[in-house]
Amino acid sequence: MTHATDPALPVSTENGSLLRQDARTRRRNAAETRFKLYGVIAISIGLLMLVTLVTTIVSNGSGAFRQSFVTLDVELLESKLDKTGDRDLEQIKKVSTFGYAPLINGAFETLAAEQGVETALSAKEMGEILSKDAAAQLRDYVLANPDRIGTTAEFTFLANSRVDGYMKGRVSRDSIQNDKNISVEQLDFVDQLVNLGLIEKKFNPAFILGADASDQRPEAAGFGVSMIGSLFMMLVVLVLSLPIGVAASIYLEEFAPKTWWTDVIEVNISNLAAVPSIVFGILGLAVFINTMHLPMSAPLVGGMVLTLMTLPTIIISTRAALKAVPPSIRDAALGIGASRMQSVFHHVLPLAAPGILTGTIIGLAQALGETAPLLLIGMVGFVASNAPDGIVAGLLDPNSAMPAQIYEWAKRADPAFYERAWGGIIILLVFLVAMNTIAVILRRRFERRW
Amino acid sequence: MNDMSRLAGSAIDVETPKILARNVNVFYGDTHAIRDVNVDIANNTVTAFIGPSGCGKSTFLRCLNRMNDTIDSCRVTGSMRLDGEDIYDKRVDPVQLRAKVGMVFQKPNPFPKSIFDNVAYGPKIHGLARSKSDLEEIVERALRRGALWDEVKDRLHAPGTGLSGGQQQRLCIARAVATEPEVLLMDEPCSALDPIATAQVEELIDELRRNFSVVIVTHSMQQAARVSQNTAFFHLGQLVEFGETGQIFTNPEDPRTESYITGRIG
Ligand SMILES: Nc1ncnc2c1ncn2[C@@H]1O[C@H](COP(=O)(O)OP(=O)(O)OP(=O)(O)O)[C@@H](O)[C@H]1O
Ligand SMILES: [Mg+2]
Repeated sequence: MTHATDPALPVSTENGSLLRQDARTRRRNAAETRFKLYGVIAISIGLLMLVTLVTTIVSNGSGAFRQSFVTLDVELLESKLDKTGDRDLEQIKKVSTFGYAPLINGAFETLAAEQGVETALSAKEMGEILSKDAAAQLRDYVLANPDRIGTTAEFTFLANSRVDGYMKGRVSRDSIQNDKNISVEQLDFVDQLVNLGLIEKKFNPAFILGADASDQRPEAAGFGVSMIGSLFMMLVVLVLSLPIGVAASIYLEEFAPKTWWTDVIEVNISNLAAVPSIVFGILGLAVFINTMHLPMSAPLVGGMVLTLMTLPTIIISTRAALKAVPPSIRDAALGIGASRMQSVFHHVLPLAAPGILTGTIIGLAQALGETAPLLLIGMVGFVASNAPDGIVAGLLDPNSAMPAQIYEWAKRADPAFYERAWGGIIILLVFLVAMNTIAVILRRRFERRW
Repeated sequence: MNDMSRLAGSAIDVETPKILARNVNVFYGDTHAIRDVNVDIANNTVTAFIGPSGCGKSTFLRCLNRMNDTIDSCRVTGSMRLDGEDIYDKRVDPVQLRAKVGMVFQKPNPFPKSIFDNVAYGPKIHGLARSKSDLEEIVERALRRGALWDEVKDRLHAPGTGLSGGQQQRLCIARAVATEPEVLLMDEPCSALDPIATAQVEELIDELRRNFSVVIVTHSMQQAARVSQNTAFFHLGQLVEFGETGQIFTNPEDPRTESYITGRIG
């Protein structure tokens, strides 16, 4: 350092000075700077899109988790519900939901009178602001508590989807001009109930836990049962594809002689990974349902179809993980007299495990989000109105799956379902992000260097 | 070469050979890596393989315990007998063979496990230890023979891959001797070791000679002269000269041997 400033030492710049960049170096540096800039731009575009995507999903879907509820005191008239008066459950069961509707309408009438609500609506029209589910909810309550007949109880009913839409700003007085399901007078009535604090928006756990509902009752539709369907399918996929995929990869990678025959298999596996999933769907329909006569719409069949789709992914990533284990480790084990299998299971497989796990989880995440094959085996539509009871039912009873449920909702006409489709997407994405996070964590934990 | 003086002291066992190789040829695909090699590995001796890089020393060594089986393109012809039995016979299980003929590789390759597990693995799979304390004893003895014990006795459960290159090589030596092989093949075991560790490994080789046969590949003429009784000189896949170490180093028959050991080819 001191030498450079020492005047006694002459500086020779004949061959170019280190302190000045020559033209060539400047050009190289400029190229490098440009390249870094491209990278930053690419990443910024990517981030921007991600942010747009996430905000769109959240703003569209968050409404699905909140629902408008109406609080109402209903008198459980003995004269309507239990004419004999002996609380015989069999007799009470004979009263259908149609028998309960007048009670709700009557409750609104009483409410209007007591609270001084001015409205030209008939009792029936007032009752229409509730979900069609309300009568069923009331009936379930009475059947569970027959001793409460004759008393008045407070209920929280789901509001009709139009009322809910009005509360959320989706429905306005203008937009309902041609809507036969709701009238301006009913909205006025809703306004008065809101002022009285009898209608409010609350978090709705039934959306996450409940079952899908029919076309007429979007406010009662839930995502939970299709989640269970997806869960059972993933179980089937995991149980089938992990052992088959890993065993096949180990055989191909560690034991099979490298002949043209194994090359053919290798090429075919790579091709299978690129086959559109709907093809697996139609294959599943033909083989599992038409030939093997397994039940339609069953998560078992769905899982088997998705297994076909996931296997190539798992095999490819497992083989890559096995290939990445240095051959010297195998030599070391063989060199002290371990058998091939011992060398694979004691040394190679533990080293490949993080890669295998990551591949499996990514394969599962792919399968979790797959819709097309499920369309063909009937796992889409309003298939299950109750959660399955038990593992066998979970595997064999008709059910839907998360992405199929989203597709079904998005397909229905009522805009209230559209909101639920977005809500379902949020839940699905939460699962996918969670699975990928687990993959990353496992990878970090098990990763070992050699 | 003042190491030559030591040669006078080494006794040579002239019984039937432990390993007998006749007309051995090795091909990697179309490459002819070993040509018509005949070598006898005697009991209780150290045999050194010397020769320029790429002449086929490792290849020939790997034939002796059939490690070449793992290379698909590799083909071996000729006859190799261990105690009179053909090791390339169809009925021979290479796993059993490798338990008898152990190997230390050119590049240190410890398992990514603890130091203890590295050494204990062989005895475990061969059922050499009856109890835990038995196993601990075996591991300690092996590490002592590998001249590593003092450095690692306090961290037996640290990963073997965390050791220095030379320590890793000694760990591999310890791992190989822990299974008590009858023949130990060592491919340049000292190439990453300092002079002190080298001297310790050479001492080990000399000690192993009492019970086993040792084959060592080395690029150090001095080492070959110090530790071996027989020396084989390979050149371009051929065995140029094979004989008593003293003979080879003091009075080689082939001019190529002479130029190699005096540093003119290599
Ligand atoms: N796996 C392999 N596939 C193809 N050719 C190989 C393979 N291993 C070795 N060879 C070739 O066989 C010849 C002998 O190699 P080998 O490793 O036995 O040499 P070496 O004498 O041990 O050399 P060095 O002293 O450098 O270790 C070389 O020409 C090498 O290119
Ligand atoms: Mg070599």
